[in-house]
Amino acid sequence: MRLTKWLVPTLYITFLLLPIYWLVNMSFKTTNEILGGFSPWPKNFTTASYVEILTNPVWYNGYISSISYVLINTVISVSFALPAAYAFSRYRFLGDKHLFFWLLTNRMAPPAVFALPFYQLYSAIGLFDTPWAVALAHCLFNIPLAVWILEGFMSGVPKEIDETAYIDGYSFPRFFVKIFMPLIASGIGVTAFFCFMFSWVELLLAKTLTSVAAKPIAAVMTRTASTSGYELGLLAAAGVLTIIPGAIVIYFVRNYIAKGFALGRV
Amino acid sequence: MTKTWNNRAWFLVLPVLLLVAFNAIIPLMTVVNYSVQETFGNNLFFFEGTKWYQDVLASPRFHASLLRQFMFTFIILAIEVPLGVAIALTMPRSGPWVSVCLVLMALPLLIPWNVVGAMWNIMALPDIGLLGYGLNKLGIPYNFTRQPFAAWFTVVLMDVWHWTSLVVLLAYAGLRSIPEAYYQAAKIDGASRWSVFRFIQLPKMNRVLTIAVLLRFMDSFMIYTEPFVLTGGGPGNATTFLSIDLVKAALGEFNLGIAAAMSIIYFLITLLVSWIFYTLMMRGDEQ
Repeated sequence: MRLTKWLVPTLYITFLLLPIYWLVNMSFKTTNEILGGFSPWPKNFTTASYVEILTNPVWYNGYISSISYVLINTVISVSFALPAAYAFSRYRFLGDKHLFFWLLTNRMAPPAVFALPFYQLYSAIGLFDTPWAVALAHCLFNIPLAVWILEGFMSGVPKEIDETAYIDGYSFPRFFVKIFMPLIASGIGVTAFFCFMFSWVELLLAKTLTSVAAKPIAAVMTRTASTSGYELGLLAAAGVLTIIPGAIVIYFVRNYIAKGFALGRV
Repeated sequence: MTKTWNNRAWFLVLPVLLLVAFNAIIPLMTVVNYSVQETFGNNLFFFEGTKWYQDVLASPRFHASLLRQFMFTFIILAIEVPLGVAIALTMPRSGPWVSVCLVLMALPLLIPWNVVGAMWNIMALPDIGLLGYGLNKLGIPYNFTRQPFAAWFTVVLMDVWHWTSLVVLLAYAGLRSIPEAYYQAAKIDGASRWSVFRFIQLPKMNRVLTIAVLLRFMDSFMIYTEPFVLTGGGPGNATTFLSIDLVKAALGEFNLGIAAAMSIIYFLITLLVSWIFYTLMMRGDEQ
């Protein structure tokens, strides 16, 4: 019984790690060795691919622009969603349920539907090929999600706390920042994690809304794969480097992951 | 919690409303606009009514992509939800290994989708990939760029790899909210493993599992990047799901009218199914 209990998670985690191992394995091989045939680990261990990525501005600028639009998006999504989530969790108002569902429908909109109109919209307002365009476009699906998660966490805070603070003479903004936000700090962290995650992994809109200056790392990768032959080693190394920011972010929220994934409403 | 009626709450919602409306309504109007017009370039448009909708609804190509899309979503839901629940049930309930498990399991969720596609492409290459080489060594002929079945197998396996963890984490969050006293009571009553699952664990997971199915439905229904990078929609059209077909029509063939009409139909189908799940979920909440 004890053994089988360990067996399933271990097998599953092994299954998860195998493709990642294979990617890491490829990233340390020379192009010749990759094309030469199957080998379970690098025979001529080389870090040439990583050196190329970290010294060539085309590559590392991809990382910088990806990280900048992800951070802008996370800040905008969380700060806009906070007051809205408070309204949904504390008050009933005209059309609240319809509004909440309408927000969620935007999470259901396939990005492929919006790619072309987004291109025209952001070209028209002059934001095309800036991190701001991608950050704002990603708000389409991140803000609804942020409102949804935060609303769950806020509903867990008893309303008496609000009322006591108002009686004590706190104004709404002061109460919100000084008392309420610290209470849902873990919820804010989890929400930021989700916004980071969905903005970081999205490619279709990020690629459509940028051309040269703000090209995300994912787009640099697809272009490399298609234009300069099939440089698997470089592609693999770039892939490995895209896993690292995610891994760091997970590490920070590891204790809240379980609750956060239930969107605060178990 | 009882909520007070206060229409001034609208001011708190307003910023979100404006930002999302800017992003959602203007592009949606553009798409609707294209879907009822014909253009020959030079910004000349002619009203076409429902012609494009009729074309799309009658086109065998659309039927085929839609069927593939439903099949794919159905298969991955049928695999990922039971598998995710099973894994969550076997995970340790407390102790230092919980964090390690959670971090490792969440890892695939944070990998950019094109990297997921590229990773599985490298993994599945018949000559140098661990999966492709391994299967061929075992005597199973496998080449995902030639055999439609192998392509489907790889795409499904990739999605299971990518997203099962989401179900695991949600189900696990549900399980953790069960007080230890419930299990002790079940033990005293001599309840079987199955009845513990059926009457204690499943009801507690009900709510999070609905979220899991809703999220998995929405995301698998819009899947684009991963299969596009892995198979490019091929071999032939074997793995051309709705989004891939749509991008092909809009950006590849520049068939704006058709693509726009298809977008609207696609969006409406996603909305309808999601609405059903959402209503079920909200009904569960009220009880």
